[in-house]
Amino acid sequence: MKLWPALACAAAVLLGGALFAVIVHMPDPPIRLEGAVRAQLPASGVAHPVTAILLNYRGYDTLLEVAVLLLAAAGMLATGTHAGPASLRSRPLPLLQLAARKLVPPMIVVAGYFVWIGARAPGGAFQAGAVLAAAAVFSCLAGVAPAWAAPRLLLRAGLAGGLLVFLTVAALPSSSGALLHYRHERAAVLILLVESALTLSLGSILAGLFMWLPREGEGKT
Amino acid sequence: MIAATFDAMLVVALLWSAVWCLAARHLFRSVVLFIVFGQLMVLAWARLGAPDVALAEAAIGGGLTGALLLDTLGHLQRRGKRGKAG
Repeated sequence: MKLWPALACAAAVLLGGALFAVIVHMPDPPIRLEGAVRAQLPASGVAHPVTAILLNYRGYDTLLEVAVLLLAAAGMLATGTHAGPASLRSRPLPLLQLAARKLVPPMIVVAGYFVWIGARAPGGAFQAGAVLAAAAVFSCLAGVAPAWAAPRLLLRAGLAGGLLVFLTVAALPSSSGALLHYRHERAAVLILLVESALTLSLGSILAGLFMWLPREGEGKT
Repeated sequence: MIAATFDAMLVVALLWSAVWCLAARHLFRSVVLFIVFGQLMVLAWARLGAPDVALAEAAIGGGLTGALLLDTLGHLQRRGKRGKAG
């Protein structure tokens, strides 16, 4: 019986070695998109290539990603198994509460900074949304803020707002008549608007994915 | 020289945390090592010159996946206790 682990290890090492050899001798990609991305950068409205790709060149992909996340949150809510407020423990630790009180405000500031800096440097809506969501989850676990019950109108608007703003911006009339074509002079403002809305939306969706976890049985006891 | 040493240490630490994440007997230890692995991966992405990926990994891997995994773990433990009691 000791033979199988050894065989599995040997196979893993072989596979790893083969993958390593392939990666080291990777052929040059047939199409180099980097030059094209950089050439169009002044027209995209932002100065950071990753943000330009995510929200301008390939905005359609990002739009669908947000729709998928929203659908996931809606699906969790639709199951109706979340049992409402559930904290980490009945009596939260004072030290944890202090840490949450001190750390959550800077996290919110960092999220805002990520949105703003995303036009020029690494950052952007997804990272900012994740930081916001982490702040919400942290404050809930530490017992500083109550966990989210079933969402009312405001939270529902927040969940869907990012996608709606994105869709509205996508449908704005453009010179070519196509969806998701920003006018050059408006691109920077529109991208910032979309990113801000996406941050709030993604933050609440990602936090919701944690808060509305199905907790079967626990609500009844 | 310092950069190469740092990279070598990073590789060793990544492999170490990955192996122990899979091999640890306690699930809690596995989860913690998975979070550690994620944070080491953040450093690796930063060293590879991909700060965007590093930021996403730091925020999602550290902030959310860890919390979700720990929550799942607590859920499993409570369920196990109830199963033994009943």
